[in-house]
Amino acid sequence: MLNYDIVVIGGGPAGMAAAIKAKECGVDSILILERAETLGGILEQCIHTGFGLHYFGEELSGPEYAARFIKIVNEKNIEYKVDTMALQITGDNKVYAVNKTDGLIEIQAKAIILAMGCRERPRGALNTPGTRASGVMTAGTAQKYVNIDGYMPGKKIVILGSGDIGLIMARRMTLEGAKVQCVCELMPYSSGLTRNIVQCLNDFDIPLYLSCTVIDIKGKDRVEGVVIADVGPDRKPIPGTERLIECDTLMLSCGLIPENELTREVGIELDNVTSGAVVDENRQTSQKGVFACGNVLHVHDLVDYVTLESQTAGEGAANYVLGNVREPDYITTKGVNGVRYIVPQKIDLKNEGDVKLYFRVGNTYKNASIVVKYNGAEIIRRKRPRLAPGEMENVVIKNDVLKTFSHDGTIEIGVEE
Amino acid sequence: MIYNVAIIGGGVVGALIAREMSRYNIKTALIEKCNDVAMGTSKANSAIVHAGFDAKPGTLKAKLNVRGTQLMPQVCKELNVPFKQTGSLVVAFSKEEVGTLDELKARGETNGVPGLEIYDREKLREEEKYISDEAVAALWAPSAGIVCPYELTIAATENAVTNGVEFFRNFCVSKIEKNDGIFTLSDGDKEIKTQVVINAAGLYCEEIAKLIGDSSIETIARKGEYMLCDKAIGHLAKHTIFQCPSKMGKGVLVTPTVDGNLLIGPSAVDVPDKDDTTTTAQGLDGILKTAQKSVPCLNTRNVITSFAGIRSHCTRDDFIIEKSKADESFINVAGIESPGLSSAPAIAEYVRDIIFTLISCEKKDGFNPVRPDPVRFRHMSNEERKAVIAENPAYGRIICRCETITEGEIIDAIKAPAGARDVDGVKRRTRAGMGRCQGGFCGSKVVELLAKELSLEINEITKFGGESRILYERTK
Repeated sequence: MLNYDIVVIGGGPAGMAAAIKAKECGVDSILILERAETLGGILEQCIHTGFGLHYFGEELSGPEYAARFIKIVNEKNIEYKVDTMALQITGDNKVYAVNKTDGLIEIQAKAIILAMGCRERPRGALNTPGTRASGVMTAGTAQKYVNIDGYMPGKKIVILGSGDIGLIMARRMTLEGAKVQCVCELMPYSSGLTRNIVQCLNDFDIPLYLSCTVIDIKGKDRVEGVVIADVGPDRKPIPGTERLIECDTLMLSCGLIPENELTREVGIELDNVTSGAVVDENRQTSQKGVFACGNVLHVHDLVDYVTLESQTAGEGAANYVLGNVREPDYITTKGVNGVRYIVPQKIDLKNEGDVKLYFRVGNTYKNASIVVKYNGAEIIRRKRPRLAPGEMENVVIKNDVLKTFSHDGTIEIGVEE
Repeated sequence: MIYNVAIIGGGVVGALIAREMSRYNIKTALIEKCNDVAMGTSKANSAIVHAGFDAKPGTLKAKLNVRGTQLMPQVCKELNVPFKQTGSLVVAFSKEEVGTLDELKARGETNGVPGLEIYDREKLREEEKYISDEAVAALWAPSAGIVCPYELTIAATENAVTNGVEFFRNFCVSKIEKNDGIFTLSDGDKEIKTQVVINAAGLYCEEIAKLIGDSSIETIARKGEYMLCDKAIGHLAKHTIFQCPSKMGKGVLVTPTVDGNLLIGPSAVDVPDKDDTTTTAQGLDGILKTAQKSVPCLNTRNVITSFAGIRSHCTRDDFIIEKSKADESFINVAGIESPGLSSAPAIAEYVRDIIFTLISCEKKDGFNPVRPDPVRFRHMSNEERKAVIAENPAYGRIICRCETITEGEIIDAIKAPAGARDVDGVKRRTRAGMGRCQGGFCGSKVVELLAKELSLEINEITKFGGESRILYERTK
């Protein structure tokens, strides 16, 4: 049995930032467990730029962004094990993991930071009818084949879903000489970042069909085409709008799902909307000493925000290990009127600092206001020229405002048009 | 080389016949047109071992089902294939249907089905917590069970090959000639010579029979669509829940699977194309709606995948297992629709006895009925895990996160007798890629492992053989 103060599950941007922060806060005994062969997580296959604009004030590629953190992990002598899969966490903060060299590893931790990231929604979960032909894959899988393995997963491509990875792959495949026929999005708006629609689709004349979906997949061995159709307000295909688009590959970019198997199995409370843990402002979950950050907590739009959130979790875990904790006095947060969720879901009133609330809206809005209410009374109102589901929003609750609240209260954030 | 017996078709029936014949001192070939066994009806069906009350008394279906179901636990034990005797319920929603239950019970008793019992509303609810309030009674059949059909096929093939059967894959029999009492089976390129032919070609029995001028078999391809749900809702059915049967089959069932998932289906639509395993929005909608009649809380949210299978329905409405009128050394094993899986071990015995009338077979020494239990890391205790990793570190590397499948298990599946040659083959043998992410993460690693073990380039690896390759050429 190994003993560590903090075990971080996941060595992507979230896990690394949390571990570094915890180390800076004075915890020495830290172990990162990473299932891939290297630290860096999914950033390693994101060779496009656009990372770090907020955090570093520079435009970096994914591997460059990751490299900065890998460097610090090494400089600070933070221990890590790669090619290592965490199998289970227990109610008393033990971690079971496995790899080829150590075999089965049992670790007693004082605190655990969950940073396992997320996975893509597969075809099965979308219930897309059609044949079982080869050539249907998620955009992230395709990205790995192209950027890491160096093979073309297709030559004529239809992309279903306008998530960011799908948009990025539309450009990537085009640059590699493939023909991207179109991107179909079920919703009347894209779930991707505006900048990606401009830079990855518009700049390459790739059509984006909104309110449109794939209703059939053709081809016996390899995909030969897909049938797409427009959908009505009920998201059901409109008869008569079906058309066959020839392609050898259907890439799916239809949403990301936090990978919370370990979290669910140990019985940590999960948020039905985010599919991540319910956390407080330090990102502590319902199990004492277990923290969560990054895409395993809620799917982020920018890695910069993952880094910031993970630093919060790292600091929280360090304080927990160092004994700087108190009995919390929680109030809850709640998204209303178009706000789908808020993270954190609860705030300790005894908190000494300001609290930043992250949230996403469920629709597009122009010239709307974000209104924050405490027990029904408005406390903050912010004008926003544009709100979209693809972009994460945040508001800060100042500590002096927080101090005026009493326990059992609720903070609500909503949109007013 | 002249084989004594050549079996055309690597489905569950062909594989179990091959295994049965591997007990004897004869040379047997198992011939499959695809890149793997279990690629047709055996791959996609309800995975049910039926008790045997459906078939008309006196039919082969009735006789072989009851016998097959009786043999199944032992066969699965020897082959180390998961089998659970969960029992089944046929649910009645009206007074009229209660009458059907009584008929089924009487018929089952004539067929020799043990332990049949009618449950009233209360007893049914006690057994199945999530059953509809509309359900008024049910027929309980304790001998029914669930088994993984492709795993049974794979294990039987492995065991047959271990015991000396030769397995030919990608051999699509397109011509049969007979000279001096010896058949020559050809795929247009290679040839296999044999004394006796077993036509276990499933949906293609009709075409194979016609190669020797036998036009007596008429099959209809009947498609069934299914939805597989996450293990998170596996508890919604303890037993296999049927509705009352119609002339198109046993209707839509809701059943647990041996892996703890929940399976819903099938629809029943006759299709012109025997390879039409497409799923349709209508079909999936329909089975969900019908399944909700039994278990109302079902919904699409927990569906992890959907698929369709084709069963071969014969116009004769019974299994056809007999010597061909065109040539008595050519045995048709056709029309094996439900309860074909349940009957398969008994069909193997039945076919063996027909073969005995054609050639002399003696039991051979050294037949090993046991297929070794593959390492199943996910089911092991931590102590067992430590032990297997110590023996082979490849069991310490997780490839499929969702189902906790290790590199060692995948390599075993590729190296096994008649082992996996493609991504779907690895999936069926190990479950890698069968979980929630459906191969999103592990797919590319499985491709790498296949390429490495088979000494191929990764862009030569296919999803299921043929032209189903996954990658094209290298990027620029």
